[in-house]
Amino acid sequence: MATTSSAEPKTNRIGLTVIDYKGGRTTLCAGCGHNAISERIIDAMYEMGVQPERVAKLSGIGCSSKSPAYFMSRSHSFNAVHGRMPSVATGAVLANHNLIALGVSGDGDTASIGIGQFVHLMRRNLPLIYIIEDNGVYGLTKGQFSATADIGSKLKTGVINDLPPIDTCALAIQLGASFVGRSFSGDKRQLLAMLKAAIAHRGTVMLDVISPCVTFNDHEGSTKSYKYMKDHDEPLQEISFIPSFEEIDVDYDPGTTVDVTMHDGSHLRLRKLDVDYDPTNKLRAIATLTEAHHEGETLTGVFYIDPNKPTFMDLLHVTDEPLATLPADAVRPPKAVLDEVMESLR
Amino acid sequence: MASTDVIVQEVSRRDDSQRFVNDFSLQVATVNGSGSQSANTILLRSIFQMGIPVSGKNLFPSNIAGLPTWYTIRANKHGYIGRKKEIDFLIAMNQETAREDVLSLSPGAAVLYDEPMNLASLRPDLTFYSVPFDKIVATVCPEAKLRKLVKNMIYVGVMAHLLGLDMVQVENALRKQFAKKVKAADLNWGAAQAGFDYAASSLSKKDPCRVERMDKTAGKIIVDGNTAAALGSMFAGVTVVTWYPITPSSSLVETLIDYMKKYRIRPDGKATFAIVQAEDELAAIGMVIGAGWAGARAMTATAGPGISLMAEFAGLGYYVEIPAVIWDIQRVGPSTGLPTRTSQGDVLFTAVLSHGDTKHIMLFPASVEECFSMAQDAFNLAEWFQTPVFVMSDLDLGMNNWMSDPFPYPTQPIDRGKVLSKEDLDRLGGFARYKDVDGDGIGWRTLPGTDHPAAAYFTRGSGHNEKAQYTERPDDYENNMLRLARKFEGARARVPKSVQMGSGRERVGIIAYGTSHWAILESRDQLRNEHGLESDYLRLRAYPFPHEVQDFIENHERVYVVEQNRDAQLFDLLRLDLPVEQVGKLRSIAHCHGLPLDARSVTDELMSLEGN
Repeated sequence: MATTSSAEPKTNRIGLTVIDYKGGRTTLCAGCGHNAISERIIDAMYEMGVQPERVAKLSGIGCSSKSPAYFMSRSHSFNAVHGRMPSVATGAVLANHNLIALGVSGDGDTASIGIGQFVHLMRRNLPLIYIIEDNGVYGLTKGQFSATADIGSKLKTGVINDLPPIDTCALAIQLGASFVGRSFSGDKRQLLAMLKAAIAHRGTVMLDVISPCVTFNDHEGSTKSYKYMKDHDEPLQEISFIPSFEEIDVDYDPGTTVDVTMHDGSHLRLRKLDVDYDPTNKLRAIATLTEAHHEGETLTGVFYIDPNKPTFMDLLHVTDEPLATLPADAVRPPKAVLDEVMESLR
Repeated sequence: MASTDVIVQEVSRRDDSQRFVNDFSLQVATVNGSGSQSANTILLRSIFQMGIPVSGKNLFPSNIAGLPTWYTIRANKHGYIGRKKEIDFLIAMNQETAREDVLSLSPGAAVLYDEPMNLASLRPDLTFYSVPFDKIVATVCPEAKLRKLVKNMIYVGVMAHLLGLDMVQVENALRKQFAKKVKAADLNWGAAQAGFDYAASSLSKKDPCRVERMDKTAGKIIVDGNTAAALGSMFAGVTVVTWYPITPSSSLVETLIDYMKKYRIRPDGKATFAIVQAEDELAAIGMVIGAGWAGARAMTATAGPGISLMAEFAGLGYYVEIPAVIWDIQRVGPSTGLPTRTSQGDVLFTAVLSHGDTKHIMLFPASVEECFSMAQDAFNLAEWFQTPVFVMSDLDLGMNNWMSDPFPYPTQPIDRGKVLSKEDLDRLGGFARYKDVDGDGIGWRTLPGTDHPAAAYFTRGSGHNEKAQYTERPDDYENNMLRLARKFEGARARVPKSVQMGSGRERVGIIAYGTSHWAILESRDQLRNEHGLESDYLRLRAYPFPHEVQDFIENHERVYVVEQNRDAQLFDLLRLDLPVEQVGKLRSIAHCHGLPLDARSVTDELMSLEGN
């Protein structure tokens, strides 16, 4: 996109430059997958023309959860407590459902200490983008295994993991998230398309992004290293995304491509690669994930999507205006109501 | 003192026939799940409707059906509505506890019992009334399977006769209780009448407990504290409520749900609130913190075990400065403790809830009226000081029925505190979230979604400077913590003031808070009337302690701190707060049996500490 040499900086559809989506300088290790994810988030938000002030960034604790400081400084951000980002995010969305809530978590923050809040968040299909920056280890405490580490994967210290991993994607699909996928921080194209579709989606988007830890889990014997992903990343589909504000200028072949019309009129196009895959079939999605796991492949792509499932906010049926800023006369019933209640208690 | 005093009391009991007119405590011993709650409420209301001050306390098990339950109704012409230590009249309906219930009564008390239990031979010094409940119920309730539920209504009728209750009032109370269920009301009214007729024809009055019409309840309401708190929250403009069920707080939110559905849905069907049952208390307070951050008036309600789980988020809320309201309907701890008994046992823990240096504002409602008003205070304080506020109610207040004046419509505006709008930012150009621009330690905040490029800031539970940037600098950390301490100090002048009673010139002072108040009111009269001891009384309503507390202690030789826990928790908080020369004046009176505090226990212990 930055190939133009004109003096005027390139702007998006709301007149902002990509600089307007930048964050602070990263303090993560050079080469950390999380930095690449931050970059893709910036690109996706910029290309989708999202007003940064409408975005609320939420995170828990860990390397991943630090990363919201490194993108979109014009968005409010809340770095909460370990494993509890889902509840904070839920509260924020309850208060103001016009926010675009972007949660960033890690595999430890999600699959261990935060698994309770994670599963209940998925159940509710709250409008929220939930990204797991998944490297299989606790980086900030120097490289202990997390609950997404595969059986048999090896720490730098030689310790072998002998417990099965939690597949956050399978869990999210089973529990009710309406858009679930996996990507790899090193796959710019796939991750960007998925993030843009995530922004267009209404409901819980759960993206597990394999994001190698260059310091503690990028060695021989790791199943979350750059090399391992290069050898075992098995994309389900070739993903393209056409936002609602762009003309559709490419036809697709219904025999090879699934076209998903998103809630806002955008199109998510999934061109099938090896297998014939239907991303609207929950059972098939979980079976496919299980099979890939048995074969030692890391499947990536959009596993499941239901663009029209009612969200938690639909069920709550709240006012169109944010609850947070309703005027006093909308939230304090008149004196006649108190009189009526008092009369009933006499 | 004990043995002679008991005899004197007993003699005076028998001698003074007027003493138990509109002044007695009546206990109904039943099995939970037997429908006795309706009968008890009708008895309570009938007395209330005859103008006599009354209170009802339910002593129930942590169980759904089949375990013993005691409901105590106290009628008192002087308006004492705290628990009375002695039971004057027992209605024994539970075979399992009847013997022990009867044996624990004071001499001279009366017992009404179900005939087959044959209790009369247990004690010669009590008055017994035997009633064949099963025979009577069979005559008024042809359907055998309903009899169990209707049976209890018979003692309402019997008691109406024995106490001199107006059956018109009984019927009014009964029809109010069953509301639209006309068939049930008719059936139960028949049972009450049958009980009355039986008593009129077969029992002769031998005990002194009687009611006579008074005019002390005109215009008053009967309500429990959780309902009052729910109403207060609704009128405070709460918009987000997240909770996890736990006794004794569940009814607060459940009542709130009912009221909000009725009064806070717009004509277009849209709700001006969101209420979410969370997966646990961690999530409940996490949602409150998230919603408070995004600008909602958000609250949760819980009890001790929930407070323990909320410690981490409470510290976050304090440190990143987010308004939140947490109701703690205190029950007996530690651990699961006695889930259906009352306590003031969370006070010390909550004051500093979290790791690291943390202090929280606490409010101590003593009455249902204060549950209503403090629900509003709590939000205004939380948003003004941008911090979690804990309202420390208890099971006695929250779940029992209390007589009260009707609640006044709030006159205070809804105060959202220091929030910068887009227009403010246009004018200012920017802001620093944690900068003490006003000298009160309270920074200005913006809400997510504010449409201005300089609106955003980064909220983090890690070290932060004035601009909300990450920092590990010693001076940044220390300055921030000192500002938080200054902010907390400022709360002393803004929290609800203490309420003082007495001449202010006595040697002996009493400090109490929450529901201990009702025992103190009565105990001060006992101290004066029985021991000639005048006292001054300061009722604390908030932590941090307002400035008048030190003046009160300064002006008294000895100050008794009365509370309902083992470790004298508020006494300990006072000791931490007071100048060292004042600490020596404090004496603790602490009770921790799980029953609401009674005046007699306070009077006895205070006199014993006075050296009498």
